[in-house]
Amino acid sequence: MTDVAIIGASMTQFGERDGWVCDLLAEAATACLDDTGVRADALDHLYVSNMASGEFEGQTGVPNALAHDIGALGAYTQRVDQTSSSGGAGIYAAWQSIASGASDLTLLVGGEKMTHRTTGEATDVIASLTHPHEYKHGVTLPSFAGLTARAYLDQYDAPREALAEVAVKNHANGVDNPHAQFRKEINRETALDSPLVADPLRLYDFCPITDGSAALLFCPVDVAREYTDDYVRVAGVAGATDTHVVHERPDPTTMNGVVKSGERAFEQAGLSPEDVDVAELHDMFTILEFLQYEDLGFAEKGHAWEDAMDGTTARDGDLPINTSGGLKSKGHPLGASGVAQGYEIYKQLVGEAGDRQVDAEVGLACNVGGFGNCVTTAIFEVGA
Amino acid sequence: MSLDAGRCPNGHLSCPPHPRCPECGEPQSETVDLADETATVVTWTTSYATPPGVREPNTLAIVEFEAYDVRLLGQVDGDVEIGDTVEATYTEELRDPEAGIREPASQAWDGYRFSPS
Ligand SMILES: [Zn+2]
Repeated sequence: MTDVAIIGASMTQFGERDGWVCDLLAEAATACLDDTGVRADALDHLYVSNMASGEFEGQTGVPNALAHDIGALGAYTQRVDQTSSSGGAGIYAAWQSIASGASDLTLLVGGEKMTHRTTGEATDVIASLTHPHEYKHGVTLPSFAGLTARAYLDQYDAPREALAEVAVKNHANGVDNPHAQFRKEINRETALDSPLVADPLRLYDFCPITDGSAALLFCPVDVAREYTDDYVRVAGVAGATDTHVVHERPDPTTMNGVVKSGERAFEQAGLSPEDVDVAELHDMFTILEFLQYEDLGFAEKGHAWEDAMDGTTARDGDLPINTSGGLKSKGHPLGASGVAQGYEIYKQLVGEAGDRQVDAEVGLACNVGGFGNCVTTAIFEVGA
Repeated sequence: MSLDAGRCPNGHLSCPPHPRCPECGEPQSETVDLADETATVVTWTTSYATPPGVREPNTLAIVEFEAYDVRLLGQVDGDVEIGDTVEATYTEELRDPEAGIREPASQAWDGYRFSPS
């Protein structure tokens, strides 16, 4: 297999945007190509990570539209939909295209346009991924988070404040991310006093609804230096599924898709959790940061909350988590999120993260679809 | 009306049923009706931000039918805590089929709510 490099990355401003999905995708795509000095007509493959452009805006066929808009005509295109983990699945697809030798230059663009819908409508579009039995009871992704958070706090005797600490940390990180939807610090009391959304979780335990796009450019490692001095190597990338019906899992606080995708990615990379210097975890809900932190092996089951409380996962801690601000403050444009996780790790590893910069040679991104139904974990290393 | 779990020849149950047993891959050849069984609350939440056509607030619980070692999620009437015993009550329409994004004809909309027993 060909060793795979990432030689460029971009993300648009996340938040409420005027543009529609094709505008956002083109903005990130052209920024990534321009940044790397690559012409669009040089692309062999062009992938678009997107969950629901048809449902949100009545626009389908976006990869082909993007190829035309950016001047990549002739490139092979493909849409990657893996719900919330479409971006991570896109990293997998792009890696596969280069590793297999099918493509020598692949652009991955993730994007979603959501904010023109009401919160209820957007929640319903996302909840449409659930099983008919779940859907008819009015289950939403936030309500899965409420069910899981209650079980976690009860099972591990964790304080409610620990979840607030995740929100406080990720908002603090987002202040230094110029592309983040929210750039505002909050304190623990603000989080704990915010309105109940899915008891015991409150408003500040949830990510917002967001428009945005992000892009990554892939090529074989052995030609990476022809494009750039600084690149990142994809050391390992793997996906896995868990039950579609969430209540059929034996332990609501364990996400087996995270466990399996993590094990496979670490094995491929020849690395272990102790080797990771910085990670982006899918904090669509604060509780998810704990579940992934444990299921990836950064802490024993039931102990992630301690590392949030004692500052281990803060930007100046031993294992900074979500230096980008996470989905929590950066925003969560579904198809873009996994790609934007890759953007943050790329920036950290090549030393271009600005005020968010930490000392890192190995970074990990875990992108969760559904409520852990499908997961992709990617491990990146500084290019040698 | 019944609350059917699927059962495979090896005795594994799932609710809702699947064409093949998630545990061993055998076809689920029979069903078990859980409608008259009691269950225990594993966890619960009350959702205050519900999608179109769903009651607000909407209390939901994951419950375990201990006699059958099978779990189920459903709406709850009344207050519950982890460990409480609940029973199932048939409800004709759990949410308004016309208000949401899903095609109304593509699935059933009746089912069972849980309440403290
Ligand atoms: Zn079986």
